[in-house]
Amino acid sequence: MNKNCPTNYNPRMHYFALLTAVFTFLLLGLGGLVTSHEAGMSVPDWPNTYGYNMFLFPIGKWVGGVFYEHTHRLLASVVGLLTVVEAIWFGVSESRRWMRQLGVVAVVLVIAQGVLGGLRVCWHMDELGIFHGTTAQIFFILVCALALCTSRWWWALTAAGKWTGVPASLRWLVLATTVLIFGQLILGATMRHQHAGLAISDFPLAHGKLWPDTSTAAVASYNADRVELISENPITAAQIIMQMIHRLMALAILLAVAACAAQAWRQLGGRDGLTRLATGWLLLILVQVGLGIATILTNKAADIATLHVMVGALSLVTGALWCVISFRRSAGSTDLAPDNAISAGLKNHLALAGNK
Amino acid sequence: MKKIIAPLFAALLGVAATATAADIIGTVTYQGTPPAERSITPILNDPNCAATYNGVAPTTHFYVVGANGGLGDVVVSLQGVTGSTGASAAPVVLDQKGCLYVPGIVVVQTGQKLVVKNSDPVLHNVHLNPTVQENEAANEASINAAQMPGGADLTYSFVKPEKFLKFQCDVHPWMFAWVTIVDSPYYALTGADGKFVIKNVPPGTYTIEAAHRKAGASTQQVVVKDTDVTVNFTFEAK
Repeated sequence: MNKNCPTNYNPRMHYFALLTAVFTFLLLGLGGLVTSHEAGMSVPDWPNTYGYNMFLFPIGKWVGGVFYEHTHRLLASVVGLLTVVEAIWFGVSESRRWMRQLGVVAVVLVIAQGVLGGLRVCWHMDELGIFHGTTAQIFFILVCALALCTSRWWWALTAAGKWTGVPASLRWLVLATTVLIFGQLILGATMRHQHAGLAISDFPLAHGKLWPDTSTAAVASYNADRVELISENPITAAQIIMQMIHRLMALAILLAVAACAAQAWRQLGGRDGLTRLATGWLLLILVQVGLGIATILTNKAADIATLHVMVGALSLVTGALWCVISFRRSAGSTDLAPDNAISAGLKNHLALAGNK
Repeated sequence: MKKIIAPLFAALLGVAATATAADIIGTVTYQGTPPAERSITPILNDPNCAATYNGVAPTTHFYVVGANGGLGDVVVSLQGVTGSTGASAAPVVLDQKGCLYVPGIVVVQTGQKLVVKNSDPVLHNVHLNPTVQENEAANEASINAAQMPGGADLTYSFVKPEKFLKFQCDVHPWMFAWVTIVDSPYYALTGADGKFVIKNVPPGTYTIEAAHRKAGASTQQVVVKDTDVTVNFTFEAK
């Protein structure tokens, strides 16, 4: 067998999956701009746009917040279409049953995401924006995983049958760190959908202290002194505490990712692809911390805040794909049909865990 | 004879009540230095909005403090008093001009119509954010309504008192108006000089409140007899 050209590798399918993942990332960024510009409700109707069919809305009326919300809806339609085409392609051409199933899951998820966004508008429920933002992250992980699993690299690794296992302690450390990042993203989405601007506008202190005063009088004085152009909801003690938790979790994530990278170097060696990925992950987190600080210092400038969302998504996906690769590598026998490799890997892992 | 005595007596009583009603007058002042207002620079990014301003963006007006320290945009009202005359009162008009709500702060009575106009050459959406559930239910159909340039006026009416209900435009996210709903005709909004007059208050003891959106609220007891009574409020910088 020519391991450099695995027979199941379909380059067109892979590039299409990659295209879907890239468009999803752009959509995530555009969604971030919608919230950063407080434009989530700028188009009062759905699925129409100011009474027009969405695809026929005159460009001359794409003004202010409408520009962000309307282009977000259009790009969402493109991503939805790409996802459906991908699922059909998998259904017709994919030999791996689990990939065909995941293609269907992606379609269900993108439809759910569209409905969530529409209901947020129709039901005037800002809280749905938090679920919409969170589902976007999960969908992004899925489409990136689909792109990974259609890649020449993945097929070659499977065909070669040379798997180097990844120690369970390292795998679970990365998984736990990834879950921590997911929690941080949910917290960030919750903060953004308060529509109250920055609950704490200074860094590294918080309202001039290590831990801010959240008494009623103090919060009243913060609100009295704020002159916000947008995001006019008053800040509350709960929002201040949320931001403090967000800051502390950022520190925890930085330390956790650093530990993952250090352990990867120690246990896998510097030349292992997963070590390089973990090192890149750490650099990404450092950038993310910098963007978080910049978000505060620029009073939540829309472009900076949106970049913070996008790098957060990349951080989550990096951890998730690291887990996918590491658990795949640690699967058991590689002479099984690919369909059974994942479940065999899980069984093998459980058996090993039981033997400890 | 008896048929005319009773109504005549009631009418005389009404006249007597009005005759003994008095005004509550006063001034609201601000001590200290308020936070600096900010220039609404994003307004210049939309050509339809920028046309009004000749390159100079307007500023926020969170604290309207006059030369003598008078504080404007303070809602002064009697608390716990009902008897809204809103249903028969003239509508209050909120306009959208130069991509700003004009005026920025209004007061309406329960049952009184609030008419929102769009005098701009650009579309807006009129998005309310009631915190009182009854007011949200009463305006459910228009909670977030499109308003095209030159489009039909939007009309709202509220059933319960609420302070500083936020109206916003999400197309132009710097656009806000704050509507306070009161349950009686005994209210006033201070001008730039901080002065207010609440007219024709029947005799009695009342709680009078002065509420500013940012500076907070303050209450006092006031006794109204048959002559005008003066009540002053002072807000201090926090």
